[in-house]
Amino acid sequence: MTHLDSELTMLKADIIDMWRLVLNQMEKGRDALNNFDRDLAEEVVENEKRVNSYELKIDKDCENIFALFQPVATDLRLVLAALKIGNNLERIGDIAASVADFVLDADTDFNKDILEHTKILEMYAVANEMMADTLEAFDKEDTRLARTIFKRDKILDKIDEEALDRVEESIKNYPDQVRNCLLVLSMIRKLERVGDQSKNIAEEIIFYFEAKVLKHKKKKKKEGDE
Amino acid sequence: MSNKIETIDVNLHYGDFHALKDISLGIPENSVTALIGPSGCGKSTYLRLFNRMNDLIPETRITGKVLLDGENIYKIKATKIDALRRNVGMVFQKPNPFPKSIFENVAYGLRVNGITDKSFIEGQVEKTLHQAALWDEVKDKLKKSAFELSGGQQQRLCIARALAIEPSIILMDEPASALDPISTGKIEDLIFELKSEFTIVIVTHNMQQAGRVSDYTGFFYLGSLIEFGKTRKIFTNPSKQETENYISGRFG
Ligand SMILES: Nc1ncnc2c1ncn2[C@@H]1O[C@H](COP(=O)(O)OP(=O)(O)O)[C@@H](O)[C@H]1O
Ligand SMILES: [Mg+2]
Repeated sequence: MTHLDSELTMLKADIIDMWRLVLNQMEKGRDALNNFDRDLAEEVVENEKRVNSYELKIDKDCENIFALFQPVATDLRLVLAALKIGNNLERIGDIAASVADFVLDADTDFNKDILEHTKILEMYAVANEMMADTLEAFDKEDTRLARTIFKRDKILDKIDEEALDRVEESIKNYPDQVRNCLLVLSMIRKLERVGDQSKNIAEEIIFYFEAKVLKHKKKKKKEGDE
Repeated sequence: MSNKIETIDVNLHYGDFHALKDISLGIPENSVTALIGPSGCGKSTYLRLFNRMNDLIPETRITGKVLLDGENIYKIKATKIDALRRNVGMVFQKPNPFPKSIFENVAYGLRVNGITDKSFIEGQVEKTLHQAALWDEVKDKLKKSAFELSGGQQQRLCIARALAIEPSIILMDEPASALDPISTGKIEDLIFELKSEFTIVIVTHNMQQAGRVSDYTGFFYLGSLIEFGKTRKIFTNPSKQETENYISGRFG
């Protein structure tokens, strides 16, 4: 193993650790909402600092590798992917923390019916599964798995689109839960972004392992469609 | 972009030793092409095809075509070889100025080509010393011996000497490998300046240097051309695993 190889192995390990931490934040956020567990919500908000410092560490490691090793080709793509994945994970960490903050803004339990009807728990389930699968795709170099992310983002988009109507219905059904219903709508708007971040991460994984810049192709196609 | 130089199915043997194997490659005009690869892979041999310097090595056998501006330089009349070598300047690893003054080093090529017009020679010396980014450093000591210059300055003097006879191609065989980083930087800047007027082919062991100075890169291994392409592509996403291993320092 070359010196550079060992630096890259450590970088990968840091990325994976950060990934697990952020996924854990998302899971705790869901549990805090579902069980109206304020202590857990506090913990998630508090832990955001750790997520941020992981991102800084990864940035610093990448900077050092660029300066000291001048990586090329596959090595270069890994360092670039690490930078962007770190950045996207940090944003998911932000989202997890803001949702936990919304939980802290509630005065009473979230009615189970509302959580069900607005599909926010389903949203959490899909988003967390996307995160777990991108992590596995990165770890196992599985670009096929990474490609399954794009479809699932559409599920989140759909829940987000329907949210206004569903929240309105929930307010009619439970007039005493107006505040919580509005909080759920805010949460859904935030969680929708996790899908976009996961999509970015999946693109980076494909870029790293297949050396294809999917982003530009997709953009062009989208522009053409619209 | 048209090709200034083209080799087609070139094979070269030194006696029994097969040093270049079926090399077909086009080198674009007014650009910098870097040749990289481990020691002994045939880079210098390939470079020496273009000014027919390999002809000077006994028991050398060459087959295939080497086209310069579309003309096969191995089919030209012997009397035209001098003109070929004027058109193809060469700079070597170790600066090799003549034991003469700075001025005479640059004027040398003009004088051996029969030019006697004093003011033309003076003009040409000044112009090429400017081109070689050396003028400001030597303008007050043109009569001094070239050996009084630093290694980096000597190398730029050799470049000026090559430029004085107005070649269209400049071959550089590891031109900066004996120089310190500052002098190396100056040579690299100079190469960047010169490419608008010349076609430059440079052999280098320094991978980052190849990345910095060249537009195209060819990777040689054991006498074969493994991969040739835009430098940006070679250093970000080469097509061949051997190229990737070499440029990322995981060779062998
Ligand atoms: N004059 C020569 N006679 C015999 N073999 C030579 C001669 N010059 C070079 N070679 C051999 O040809 C191969 C290519 O050499 P060269 O072109 O100098 O490689 P590079 O420049 O890539 O280091 C080497 O194996 C070298 O030993
Ligand atoms: Mg050589």
